Amino acid sequence: MTRDIAVVAFAQTDHRRTSDELSEVEMLMPVLHDVLDHTGLQTADIGFTCSGSSDYLAGRAFSFTLALDGVGAWPPISESHVEMDGAWALYEAWTKLLTGEADTALVYAYGKSSPGSVRDVLTRQLDPYYVAPLWPDSVALAALQAQALIDAGETDEPALAAVAARSRTAAQDNSHAQLRGSVPHGEYVVRPLRTGDCPPIGDGAAAVILAAGERARELCARPAWIRGVDHRIEAHGLGVRDLTDSPSTRLAAERAGAFERPVDTAELHAPFTAQELVLRKALRLDDTVSVNPSGGALAAHPIMAAGLIRVGEAAARIHRGESDRALAHATSGPCLQQNLVAVLEGDPR
Amino acid sequence: MPEVLKAPLTVEFPFTRSLGPVQSAFLTGLRERVVLGVRTGDGRILVPPVEYDPVTAEEIRDLVEVTPTGTVTTWAWNHAPRRGQPLDTPFAWALVRLDGADTALLHALDAPGPGDVHTGMRVRIRWAEQRTGAITDIACFEPYDGERAQPTGHLGQFEEPITGIVAPARLDYTYSPGRAQSAYIKALSDRRIVGERCPSCRKVYVPPRGACPTCGVATGEQVEVGPRGTVTTFCIVNIKAKNLDIEVPYVYAHIALDGADLALHGRIGGIPYDQVRMGLRVEPVWTEDSRYPDHYRPTGEPDADYETYKELL
Repeated sequence: MTRDIAVVAFAQTDHRRTSDELSEVEMLMPVLHDVLDHTGLQTADIGFTCSGSSDYLAGRAFSFTLALDGVGAWPPISESHVEMDGAWALYEAWTKLLTGEADTALVYAYGKSSPGSVRDVLTRQLDPYYVAPLWPDSVALAALQAQALIDAGETDEPALAAVAARSRTAAQDNSHAQLRGSVPHGEYVVRPLRTGDCPPIGDGAAAVILAAGERARELCARPAWIRGVDHRIEAHGLGVRDLTDSPSTRLAAERAGAFERPVDTAELHAPFTAQELVLRKALRLDDTVSVNPSGGALAAHPIMAAGLIRVGEAAARIHRGESDRALAHATSGPCLQQNLVAVLEGDPR
Repeated sequence: MPEVLKAPLTVEFPFTRSLGPVQSAFLTGLRERVVLGVRTGDGRILVPPVEYDPVTAEEIRDLVEVTPTGTVTTWAWNHAPRRGQPLDTPFAWALVRLDGADTALLHALDAPGPGDVHTGMRVRIRWAEQRTGAITDIACFEPYDGERAQPTGHLGQFEEPITGIVAPARLDYTYSPGRAQSAYIKALSDRRIVGERCPSCRKVYVPPRGACPTCGVATGEQVEVGPRGTVTTFCIVNIKAKNLDIEVPYVYAHIALDGADLALHGRIGGIPYDQVRMGLRVEPVWTEDSRYPDHYRPTGEPDADYETYKELL
């Protein structure tokens, strides 16, 4: 790996509870234009395009092919799609650039959860033999993890509420966030998790542009160089795992080089309050690290885009000179099943 | 902003899944009220059992019977059960480590309230009355303060083992088609076919999807097209689709409506199927109360010259 690759631009929608008046491509397209405008690039200048989305969210078959209309994909472009969070699309694009087959990449992701019942939709990603027939919803599974942490003496309900409050206070500075400022912690959804412990359900999209070497310096005053990316997965049986820990996150971080030097910022994809505690432990983050200055997934959680947004937010802080070395984390699946860690750095100032 | 259209949409499918030998033994066992685990290379007993070791990925096949009694390792109180969940009254989700097992099984725990549940509590399986070889053969767990049950010594061999499961899946949505398609559908209700023009390349797309796939920009300017058009290409359908009362053979065609730069598709009627040809001029036929053309029929005009539609093939 001798090629330096950077995130050179990031854009996202305002994340909202519904976007009835927009199709997915109509929601996505302004973000694509926005991210291209940051760099002055045109669609035709992009070497590789990769996206992440799931048709199950809006119940719209092949929605990712319709979304490609917004890219301007005809005549055909070099393009790929993952049925995963856009952070994994970024991983594929980063790999593509490492091979030298492309110098620039457009990565985007979108999620329109408002047409369906996302708690039920997410049951369809579970083990189809032993788990999915019971329809355990996403909040229920996160609640099992939260209770395991409480039983282990690692947290309690007030501490979880504090995570929520801190996230949404931080989001006051993030105009794109869906939940900002003082938000009631609410009633139990599935005990011990209350509404405040859960991410908002909403629609949104995000995009980043990657560029290699000198191209990155031409396109961005302070590129966010990707020093490493790795992703790992837990055993798929929930009852096999220690839900109070995330060894896959720790391993991904180690392989991405996160522990070689301290980071000053971490954008963690923790949809539920208790998961932030698990990630802080796995990633050995202490109080010197600014965690989720964007507000994180508790402030805006467009499913399939929320992980890519973590990378984008971390990169944007480097672009703005607010961070020199940042960690971005993305997750997928129940109880932090799959975890991706990226390490980003700015040039010395 | 035009009115936002919405409609209910149900996506439903029975997934038929085959089972590996370990899954088959476990689910057949549940039918017979026997709980089986599988032994890993390092001697742990996994319940529910899997086909491959979660640590080493080795194939594992050594079945071991465990008991229907166990201990809650974590739980969560579900005061509002959702469709498809094991109980329709408030219950606890629980991970339960059965006696003899080293890992935990997810299921519902039937208890009066959250004050009656704690990690470490003893529970046992309540079997479903009708058992078919599925995880739902366990109706739920229930609190149990009796003796630890003993395994019967079952070796995991069954008469008529099940080899597959059918897992019904259903998701309900409220679908909204977005700005461009809403405008298209609304115009159809007035029996008008309205596309949208790309501000960059000037092509007119119908039905409009909101974006020009060549330029990657939003289309917006609405353009009424047709109603007449030209068959650019077609096929003859010989297989009768389920729930469709159209006699076969019939013709399904790509039709470039006058003024459109993209062909849409529709059925051709009013002409024997073997006389339909490229270049045939057609017009829509609306039946009473229909929200879109039922089919297209010949106009009687001379056929269009190939040069006029070759770019739209």
